[in-house]
Amino acid sequence: MGSLFENMQAVPLNHYIWFCAIIFTIGVVGVLVRRNAIVIFMSVELMLNAVNLLLAAFSVHHNDPSGQVFVFFIMALAAAEVAVGLSIIVMVYRNTQSIDINVLNRLKW
Amino acid sequence: MGTSVFYFVATLSVVFALMVVFAKNPIHSVLYLILTFFTFTVHYVLLNAQFLAVVNFIVYMGAIMVLFLFVLMLLNLNKDNEPNKSALLKIVGIIAGGCLVVTLIGSLKSVAIANPLVLKNPNLGLVENLGKELFGPFMLPFELSSLLLLSAMVGAVLLTKKEEKANG
Repeated sequence: MGSLFENMQAVPLNHYIWFCAIIFTIGVVGVLVRRNAIVIFMSVELMLNAVNLLLAAFSVHHNDPSGQVFVFFIMALAAAEVAVGLSIIVMVYRNTQSIDINVLNRLKW
Repeated sequence: MGTSVFYFVATLSVVFALMVVFAKNPIHSVLYLILTFFTFTVHYVLLNAQFLAVVNFIVYMGAIMVLFLFVLMLLNLNKDNEPNKSALLKIVGIIAGGCLVVTLIGSLKSVAIANPLVLKNPNLGLVENLGKELFGPFMLPFELSSLLLLSAMVGAVLLTKKEEKANG
């Protein structure tokens, strides 16, 4: 494992930031473009994961384990969020026979 | 080998993430998302954050993705494909995303933290080190997160329960 990390030492932190920004943006585009509620949910997961990876990278950068502890908490939060969110989607499907989010536009009024 | 592993895996994750968003069939989206999470696990291993790699593998690829797949297959959406958004909205969404990524990268370019990532403490991300941190300064949030999970579990059960006819 040590030898594996030797190879990583030359990757600049900037590249991690760019990579995570790209993944985060793909998540944002997914939320904007898709209409399937579950795919939108998966895009949100993508955004969460991008932030997680950046936190871990900065934790290594600052030599501080707190960042990785935060990632752990975010993962617990994501699990809770997915459970509740998917059950809400199941409820929506039961009531409207569709998971197209445009059906939910009556929530506006 | 050099740093090429990172760039290779990063390219793979970007490609898979794009496939998640642009795949027509939601089942394919879930499968691509699993692949994306696998590449993220590889990233954690490359950062020597082994605990996070294992947790990512178990929680995300195991638990969350199975949940997604179960719900997708339960809802049986294969026959009615989702109605497409108008092309204009799609283009606007993609342009907005492009603007976001340009802004993010452009603003972070001026920060210029270009020094390479060096692991000072090789067992930073190991279970022993993180456990001491988790049960030391982060004791209270750790216990509270169990409360959060419990409430989420109760909420999920309550939400998905079929409403019974009110009889007395």
